[in-house]
Amino acid sequence: MKTTANTRRSMPPWKYNLWVGVFFLILFSVVLLVYIATIRIEYTWGWYKVPSTFFNRETIEISSDIDGKVVQVTRKNAEAVITIKNETESKSYTVPAEDVRVNENDLIYYGDTLATYSEWRAGIMLQGLWITLKCSIFAIIFGIIIGVIGGIARISDNPALKWSAISYVELIRGSPLLVQIFIWYFVLGTMVNQILTSYGMAEIPSLWYGVASLACFTGAYVTEIVRAGIQSIHRGQTEAARSLGMSYGQCMRYVILPQAMRRILPPLAGQFISLIKDSSLLGIIAVRELLKASREVVTTQLNPFEMYFTAAALYLVITFALSMFVQYLERKTATS
Amino acid sequence: MIEVRNVSKTFYVPHKVKALVDVSTEIAAGEVVVVIGPSGSGKSTFLRCLNHLETADAGGHILIEGIDILDPKTNINKVRAEVGMVFQSFNLFPHKSVLENITLAQTVVRKRPKEEAHAKAMSLLEKVGITDKADAFPDNLSGGQQQRVAIARALAMDPKVMLFDEPTSALDPEMIGEVLDVMKTLAQEGMTMVCVTHEMGFAREVAERVIFMDEGAIVEVGTPEHFFTNPDHDRTKLFLSQIL
Ligand SMILES: Nc1ncnc2c1ncn2[C@@H]1O[C@H](COP(=O)(O)OP(=O)(O)OP(=O)(O)O)[C@@H](O)[C@H]1O
Ligand SMILES: [Mg+2]
Repeated sequence: MKTTANTRRSMPPWKYNLWVGVFFLILFSVVLLVYIATIRIEYTWGWYKVPSTFFNRETIEISSDIDGKVVQVTRKNAEAVITIKNETESKSYTVPAEDVRVNENDLIYYGDTLATYSEWRAGIMLQGLWITLKCSIFAIIFGIIIGVIGGIARISDNPALKWSAISYVELIRGSPLLVQIFIWYFVLGTMVNQILTSYGMAEIPSLWYGVASLACFTGAYVTEIVRAGIQSIHRGQTEAARSLGMSYGQCMRYVILPQAMRRILPPLAGQFISLIKDSSLLGIIAVRELLKASREVVTTQLNPFEMYFTAAALYLVITFALSMFVQYLERKTATS
Repeated sequence: MIEVRNVSKTFYVPHKVKALVDVSTEIAAGEVVVVIGPSGSGKSTFLRCLNHLETADAGGHILIEGIDILDPKTNINKVRAEVGMVFQSFNLFPHKSVLENITLAQTVVRKRPKEEAHAKAMSLLEKVGITDKADAFPDNLSGGQQQRVAIARALAMDPKVMLFDEPTSALDPEMIGEVLDVMKTLAQEGMTMVCVTHEMGFAREVAERVIFMDEGAIVEVGTPEHFFTNPDHDRTKLFLSQIL
């Protein structure tokens, strides 16, 4: 904060403003260049098609189940009751009154539309956004659990715990996330689902293999972050706590982890922001998250520019919200 | 109260160091013992072995009220709750207020109700003379105040013994007195105390016994009077001539 203020003061105001102007000029040029390029390739912008991928109004038709004659249509407030009668039976339909398509004494055949109404539906993009959030939140929660356990195991004196934690971290950090997603879905997923079906149980949807792969991947990085955080707390803290008779667990819980938390939060935020962005890889295993939803829209509406810009903006909103939340937590732990 | 029999301690990292060599001594209930000796002579190691912050080498015995803390079957947390320790660098919990520093172990180790722990903490803060700082955080206290809080924190467990490892060495000279005064009061009240210190005035005035250590071994034990007037050993004389 202070350093930027100092550089500003060392520069005369007219010069400073000049460079601010240059910045906006660069920004404007980039946008203009993209725009000119789209004109050159005769791209037709269709931003108006975007909102309907989030919310759309769907028309629902109510049709008759019998042949017969409309004997009565009574309207009450927003509803209408249509009664249809033939020689053998009579049937009443209660429908929204906004668009009743029949009148009294009309002859009706099986399947004829009696009335229609429309309602708002969540579009594919909104569903994709929700899936992205759901995957990220679950992966973050499991990632934290794995990371805290892993971090504590990593600094343990017990070789079984310590070496397990080291192997886990090195294994996960040593291979690309995409490969891990494939292993989780196409190897582990296939095995688990086949075993489940052989016992007559339902298969686990691919979303959960996606969550597992992300949680496992993040857990390894969180393990290292937690380890570094705990080790950054001075040894005297442990000694003071233990000398008072606290057990190892009590010492961790009341003395070490709360202090480590403050140092862990900033790198943890960075890790979780990566995780949210990495969740865009899950489309490959048929999880319909934000990017996959965008791609599906593009195949039907043929508006890749708008959809991919929209997806990028949404990821930005989520990650920005997360980093704001973590900054709030940091301020809170700093004062308590 | 405390019985130390043939205790040795060897460090292997970074290289092999015999920090304690076959140390034996006894400390009676209510006794105030001061441990002195040159730097690196094993004073801290001796003290830290007494509450198992360092594990002494196999073969020796350390009995606290008859319980052998080197026996693997001993629940060390139970023993430690009876042995208070005050460190050179205070080691207060920086994320907790002064009051919480003193109540934490009372509630989680001694399982005392909150109100009782709170009342105990307040009476101890009064004893060490800093009631007005109960809600302050350690970082906002002077060194002397921090060390007095650390003493109160240890006393809150109602320990049977108090171990002090150079409690005034990290303090500015003008704050040493206030900490020593608290320790003197404790000694007068009959607390069993083992103090590593370079404060010879304190040793002379309060100690019932002085232990002189050098190169990991107890060289000489005696009353302060014997010690400061006509010590037996040349090493003791040399040490005293250097510091007095
Ligand atoms: N954790 C440790 N690891 C390795 N060596 C150690 C450790 N603690 C102490 N030592 C060594 O053991 C010897 C005794 O150390 P100790 O701290 O007990 O001395 P001291 O008498 O307390 O000295 P001082 O007056 O400087 O505090 C020293 O040689 C020291 O280097
Ligand atoms: Mg020492």
